[in-house]
Amino acid sequence: MSEEILLTTPLDALHRSLGARMVPFAGYAMPVQYPAGVLAEHVHCRSQAALFDVSHMGQAYLTGPNAAAALEALAPGDIAGLAPMRQRYSLLTMAHGGILDDFMVANLGGDRWFMVVNAGRKHVDFPHIAANLPAGVTLELLPDRALVALQGPLAVKVLAALAPEVAALPFMGLAEITLDGTPCLASRSGYTGEDGFEISIPGDRAEAITQLLLAQPGVMPAGLGARDSLRLEAGLCLYGHDIDDTTNPIEAALGWTIPKRRRAEANFLGAAPILAMLADKPSRRRVGILPTGRAPAREGTEIVAPDGSVIGKITSGGFGPSLGGPCAMGYVRADFAAIGTDIALMVRGKPLPAKIAAMPFVPHSYIR
Amino acid sequence: MTDIRYTEDHEWVRLDDDIATIGITDHAQEQLGDVVFVELPEDGREVAEMEACAVVESVKAASDVFAPLAGTVVESNQMIVEDPALVNGDPMGGGWFFKIELDDVADFEKLMDEAAYTAFLETL
Repeated sequence: MSEEILLTTPLDALHRSLGARMVPFAGYAMPVQYPAGVLAEHVHCRSQAALFDVSHMGQAYLTGPNAAAALEALAPGDIAGLAPMRQRYSLLTMAHGGILDDFMVANLGGDRWFMVVNAGRKHVDFPHIAANLPAGVTLELLPDRALVALQGPLAVKVLAALAPEVAALPFMGLAEITLDGTPCLASRSGYTGEDGFEISIPGDRAEAITQLLLAQPGVMPAGLGARDSLRLEAGLCLYGHDIDDTTNPIEAALGWTIPKRRRAEANFLGAAPILAMLADKPSRRRVGILPTGRAPAREGTEIVAPDGSVIGKITSGGFGPSLGGPCAMGYVRADFAAIGTDIALMVRGKPLPAKIAAMPFVPHSYIR
Repeated sequence: MTDIRYTEDHEWVRLDDDIATIGITDHAQEQLGDVVFVELPEDGREVAEMEACAVVESVKAASDVFAPLAGTVVESNQMIVEDPALVNGDPMGGGWFFKIELDDVADFEKLMDEAAYTAFLETL
């Protein structure tokens, strides 16, 4: 057993009272599943609404007249171009072209920006950002705030019953809302491929507000297990697995996060190697993979060509409950990356047939 | 009354004459979570004691299932290949994995009885 002392989120007692199975994740004790189980939680999220505690993620405000420009020096996304109360997915890049983290950034207006970074990377991201800020721009960490994700086709109905204004939010729009008398920040976004919201809540009010959300018809708590299978079916990257400090955004198929203006300006950390890969084409690419049979292929599984030569590796893989079969993503040699290409996956010493497939595996249901 | 024995790998073994039926315990299915895939040994395969010969995969992970005793595989349960959820729903019954014709029926006595397995679970 680990002697490590785990951090807890403001919802720890609630998870335990709901019968969650708690596991260590990124230094936190987190619910991997509740008594319903991963499959039921996954399916419920796609059909009704699931509530996830993601308070372990790093939240921060970046404030100052040049905050967007400061962040654009570290991230190749269009941050300065974000309209007030809109957010965007972006990357923190590294000098050698690797990915330090992926994150969400929102323009709150009034020279204030809101960021959410990965739990396992906040100890790296925030010092990196703080060390690269010009005078007049400040980074304020928000360790006392909880973050919950309400995801699924019923999410908008559930949240609008408590805060009607969220019904009008577009995908990636934000609103300051009041839940149970407490100001909260809601964004219409998530990590499941479903419509839904991520809601930032003061930690000392998180349990009461989460209980209020769970009390609404159709809402079920869901853990990290379902969160992972949902995001895999949605084709979304998991940092530390599908992307990391050794993956260039171009080979990771995340070039879409770098718009034309940023490519032309070429003024972000790692611009030279990233733009070079864009021009020269990557030698490997992140792709979706569908095994032909029923056996899941897990992270680390070798990908081979029909002649048996190794052409890549699975970075995320498992069973897709909504897909009703196994699915995976990984990196393959660029000449095998076309959709429909026959490959094989070395599972327990045997080559199992599979094909390169388009992602998402389950269509996104974002509101547009 | 049928005698059922257990292993430290959370398998149960039921003996009918010299044929042992093997499955995973309720504790094992509970720990695994929702089973989504099962791979079973071919009929006629000779297995050594503690040889990995089947695979059970849940939404979370893949685990080996071991032959608790040496013998020859005579049948495997295609029902759980078709419907892996049977392993969760009826682990000690319809969710059985495979049957082995034992090389030495006396080996069965080496396995834990229910009281010993219950005591073993309490040490975990």
